[in-house]
Amino acid sequence: MTHLLEVKDLVTRFYSDGATIHAVNGISYTLDEGESLAIVGESGSGKSVGVMSIMGLIRFPPGRVEGGEVLFKGRDLLKLSPDEMRAVRGGEISMVFQDPMTSLNPVLSVGQQLMEPLRAHLGLDKAAARARAAELLSLVGLPNAAERLKDYPFQFSGGQRQRIMIAMALTCNPSLLIADEPTTALDVTIQAQIVELVKELQERLNTAIIWISHNLALVAGMVDKVIVMYSGYIIEQAPVDDLYEQPAHPYTMGLLHAIPSLDQRNQERLASIEGMPPDLRKAATACPFAPRCPYVIDRCLQEVPPLRAVGPNHTSACWRAEELRKIHNFGEEL
Amino acid sequence: MSIANGAASPSTTLVEVRNLKVHFPIRRGLLRRQVGAVRAVDDVSFDVYQGETLGLVGESGCGKSTTGLAMLKLQAATAGSVLFRGQEVTTLPEGQMRQLRRHMMMVFQDPYSSLNPRMTVGSIIGEPLSVHQIGEPSQRPARVKELLRMVGLNPAFINRYPHEFSGGQRQRVGLARALATSPAFIVADEPISALDVSIQAQVVNLMGDLKAELGLTYLMISHDLSMVRYISDRVAVMYLGKIVELGSRDAVFDHPMHPYTRALMSAVPVANPKLERQRKRIILEGDVPSPARPPAGCRFNPRCVFAKDICRQQEPELRVLEISDGVEHRVACHLAEELAV
Repeated sequence: MTHLLEVKDLVTRFYSDGATIHAVNGISYTLDEGESLAIVGESGSGKSVGVMSIMGLIRFPPGRVEGGEVLFKGRDLLKLSPDEMRAVRGGEISMVFQDPMTSLNPVLSVGQQLMEPLRAHLGLDKAAARARAAELLSLVGLPNAAERLKDYPFQFSGGQRQRIMIAMALTCNPSLLIADEPTTALDVTIQAQIVELVKELQERLNTAIIWISHNLALVAGMVDKVIVMYSGYIIEQAPVDDLYEQPAHPYTMGLLHAIPSLDQRNQERLASIEGMPPDLRKAATACPFAPRCPYVIDRCLQEVPPLRAVGPNHTSACWRAEELRKIHNFGEEL
Repeated sequence: MSIANGAASPSTTLVEVRNLKVHFPIRRGLLRRQVGAVRAVDDVSFDVYQGETLGLVGESGCGKSTTGLAMLKLQAATAGSVLFRGQEVTTLPEGQMRQLRRHMMMVFQDPYSSLNPRMTVGSIIGEPLSVHQIGEPSQRPARVKELLRMVGLNPAFINRYPHEFSGGQRQRVGLARALATSPAFIVADEPISALDVSIQAQVVNLMGDLKAELGLTYLMISHDLSMVRYISDRVAVMYLGKIVELGSRDAVFDHPMHPYTRALMSAVPVANPKLERQRKRIILEGDVPSPARPPAGCRFNPRCVFAKDICRQQEPELRVLEISDGVEHRVACHLAEELAV
């Protein structure tokens, strides 16, 4: 079976101030139709740059996709001309960004903004585009959709604006929706509304989703599989239940321990990951997590550990994945 | 060891907030006549006990930061009183306030914009010492180095500038600055929300250590409920300028009584896929109303599924419903008893 999306050895670098930023260092993954994937990582992990590269949104200067393939329905997106890519973007693949305050044009009514892709991509006439725009707004749960088309972005709240962004992303029935931290700027109760909405729409429309987040808790209940990124590398990839129950990389384990849980009377000290995120200006010659890893051995400092299978559909880039898993999951002493 | 250490006994009250109001005027027209007011904080009362961490939670615009600022007189109060060790803060003349300020300090959210980029960390941390004329000028560098050590930074960094530090390190500098005058009370406004997850735990642990070491009292303002549960002894929940629930950490988190607190808790995701898929969320309809035109009666009534006539007519008082973990559990809901069943 061919995958909807197949990313192979994607490499993206930025050049600024005479330095080379190794933002994405050869990541590979696949996504099937209707499947949902979360890419989790901290700032600078390459999670956003990774998907921006897929969408052809990296500008040179300063950034450049320098290697790899992005096969979408069998076509390599990296080889498309800017015009062809523009047709894919907003057509078959669409994207929702983090900040709903700045991603809408403040001087155009939301109706105009919603109708634009309908007319450009689907060639609808004005009346048909307006009808479809109203339909989309009610699909994402905005009351009085038809009347609100003439309103401007400032007349909507943050949560409503993010709903409008989602409506816009759905205009052309995309087969892949990329959501880059779509709820980070929103309050938790509004975040819960948006998460429910996306889950519901995904079921109804069978859209594949890549959900990018720094929040391991947020994505737990909403995706099929999870990729954890660190320093431009995928360091672990697993079906969602496996990742949370049997993490196989010390960074993932550390992240899971570092978040206090709302449902536990947690009186112990939080397990923090000591040290700082890596300097992306240097190409890695060793495991990028080694300087912060409590389980580091000599080998970690000598070569970059490859992503290898540690279970069904479960990969980890740690030499000691198997033994660490035992310690983490069964409390065994080393 | 956590920041919460069970010190929530009402034995000594450090700060007493009574009927605090902060209203921002809305002016319109040529004469800038006042046509209304944003009631950011609207009649809020609570105590902060000596040695505790009080978590103040709520969504953006609920008035939690304004409350914190007004308690330190960094924002003028419209009405009400704030007593710090029995002394009225809101009406204190600026000269006397300056002397009091060394005992009550603030840690800000954004470690990028709250440090002057043109000052070395040494002068940033040393500034409160010279402002308050603490110690001999010749001894101040030694004190700054001690503070750097205290927050886990290398004392050799004393001549570096903020841009040379990461976000987590800058927040440590902000903490060192707040601690320079050996304050008793610290208001921390979202101290970790600008930091990465792996760094958040470092800063939270540090704040816990400092509290134990120096006997500090914290007001921890945050929208991150999991973190507030972890660090607080008591928790106050704000909605639209009002406190709707106040009680011991476990009382508020394990059996929240206000419908808003319940919805807020249920909206927080937990890092457990199986649990998450089964959880039944209370999804609130709509958005928070404008604090310039708060609804009549209970402010939560337009979004509350339980709302009855009384909720639309009469404003509920923050009343004591039970004593839990030795402290009062207060709730501002007419229907709290009914809903508890």
